[in-house]
Amino acid sequence: MLASQEKNTEYEDNTTIETKKTGNSVYKVDQLNLWYGEDQALKNIELDIPEQEVTAIIGPSGCGKSTFIKTLNRLTEMIPSVKTSGGIYYRNQDIFDKKYKVELLRTKVGMVFQQPNPFPKSIYENIVYGPKIHGIKDKKVLDEIVENSLKGAALWEEVKDDLKRNAFGLSGGQQQRLCIARCLAIEPDVLLMDEPTSALDPISTLKIEELVQELKKNYSIIIVTHNMQQAGRISDNTAFFLNGEVVEYDQTDKIFSSPDDKRTEDYISGRFG
Amino acid sequence: MKEVSQENTSGTPTEYLSAPSNLPKREWKNRLFRTIFATAVIFSLLMLLILIIRIITQGIGSIDWQLFTNFASRHPDEAGLKAPLIGTIWMMALTGPISFVLGVGTAIYLEEYAKPNRFTTLIQTNISNLAGVPSVVFGLLGLTLFVRELSMGRSLIAGALTMSLLILPIIVVSSQEALRAVPAELKQASYAMGATTWQTIFKVVLPASVPGILTGTILALSRAIGETAPLIMIGALTYIAFLPESIMSQFTVMPIQIFNWTNRPQEEFHMVAAAGIIVLLVMLLVMNSIAVWIRNKFQRRF
Ligand SMILES: Nc1ncnc2c1ncn2[C@@H]1O[C@H](COP(=O)(O)OP(=O)(O)OP(=O)(O)O)[C@@H](O)[C@H]1O
Ligand SMILES: [Mg+2]
Repeated sequence: MLASQEKNTEYEDNTTIETKKTGNSVYKVDQLNLWYGEDQALKNIELDIPEQEVTAIIGPSGCGKSTFIKTLNRLTEMIPSVKTSGGIYYRNQDIFDKKYKVELLRTKVGMVFQQPNPFPKSIYENIVYGPKIHGIKDKKVLDEIVENSLKGAALWEEVKDDLKRNAFGLSGGQQQRLCIARCLAIEPDVLLMDEPTSALDPISTLKIEELVQELKKNYSIIIVTHNMQQAGRISDNTAFFLNGEVVEYDQTDKIFSSPDDKRTEDYISGRFG
Repeated sequence: MKEVSQENTSGTPTEYLSAPSNLPKREWKNRLFRTIFATAVIFSLLMLLILIIRIITQGIGSIDWQLFTNFASRHPDEAGLKAPLIGTIWMMALTGPISFVLGVGTAIYLEEYAKPNRFTTLIQTNISNLAGVPSVVFGLLGLTLFVRELSMGRSLIAGALTMSLLILPIIVVSSQEALRAVPAELKQASYAMGATTWQTIFKVVLPASVPGILTGTILALSRAIGETAPLIMIGALTYIAFLPESIMSQFTVMPIQIFNWTNRPQEEFHMVAAAGIIVLLVMLLVMNSIAVWIRNKFQRRF
């Protein structure tokens, strides 16, 4: 059930049969506000995030991009001072509902961080971390997951000879792809990526960008980026954040060619931020 | 001062820097303070050295096999450490696990589970303050609580529980530091994959912090090994000629025996006491070396 090949086909079936009624969106964000103590970091966010597309989040430093993306899998609630209001619906379910199991949400929504953060364990152990915590013990299944995930993250060829190697011995770009593979191993539905290439060199960046293009066939991807060209290259939709608000949200082509808002235009043309 | 401000108003940085330098004065001050600090170091090292030399010259002659196989005796040349040595080992074997479980458990709860609110702040402040409470007070607590209220008598377990309370704050605080040193990114990676708090603690946080936790625990235990006051309070014996048989047995420990010997008028007993001190120092040295070894071997790799 967890081998990603199978899951893909199953997933494609699902899209054709069932989820139409949600208007094909994975996330529906409704009047979301978030405060760090007294400081409001997100203001009245309204966004519909379509499935199997890449949605880029751009905006100047400190405008709340990371905060927003971490709210989508409720990681922000680990910070004690955080308060939220409004709603986030993942596949039509209110993730702030008291009965909603956050562990299940996070199994469906994988996250890749700005700094590669592999565990100080072997490559193999890094990948099986997720499947193991969800109770998979069968060595054969785990082996298969490792291979599929590493292939999915375009890392298999580089590491297949020595999976017992410590993940810290990998280059930064390889570590980041390992983190992506680690996410794929739990077969998520959505991938959240917070500036996944900002710590990487141009070649590793290119590899990850290609990977994102590849992954969007099977996953819905939300990616934060500082890099305007990157957003233009890889995303289908773009949301421009400023001071905790969504200034403009539209198809990437539209945002980059003829934005409605003057501030979006200024930002994209590099006049501020 | 005056000159500097003149230079400043008149203009360029070069002039400012070429003003009469105060460097000689600063250098002189630097030398002065270096001398003061170095003297402090030399003074304390010297005192320590004198102490150690004195103890070794006094006690080395009494170190022989008998010292370890004989019980205490009225005759200095027959007096041995058997009872207190075994007593101390018992004490450590009991205090170690008790204080480890309680201390690390508290630290994990405070760091990983508890929400910061007034209650946890209160607990936190109290723990930090407890570390500074004189050990006699813990002895008094042990006497009333364990020896009398819980009728454990003057037993090993009463002593071990008292000792555990005494070093608990140290273990809690050092474990908390070790837990806090685990990078938040690693924890987030685990949570972001749907792990529960316990899974994250067990699979990510503990493996990364166990060396620090163990080091702290061993150092705390090596403090307990030398503590005398609380055990005197709860009534550890000073003269016994039998070995503890269970955790309910009466007992004595090394520092108490040493204290007892140094209080005797006969010079020979002072020599046996010095021998006891050497043995105690060696035990401490071994424990601290283990702590350092653990710390170096598992030097943080993230
Ligand atoms: N843990 C926190 N506690 C308090 N305030 C925070 C915290 N994290 C972020 N903030 C504040 O929230 C605002 C948004 O921060 P956020 O990290 O979401 O910005 P960002 O858009 O991701 O910026 P960058 O592009 O630099 O990563 C900032 O003003 C920041 O100071
Ligand atoms: Mg950010």
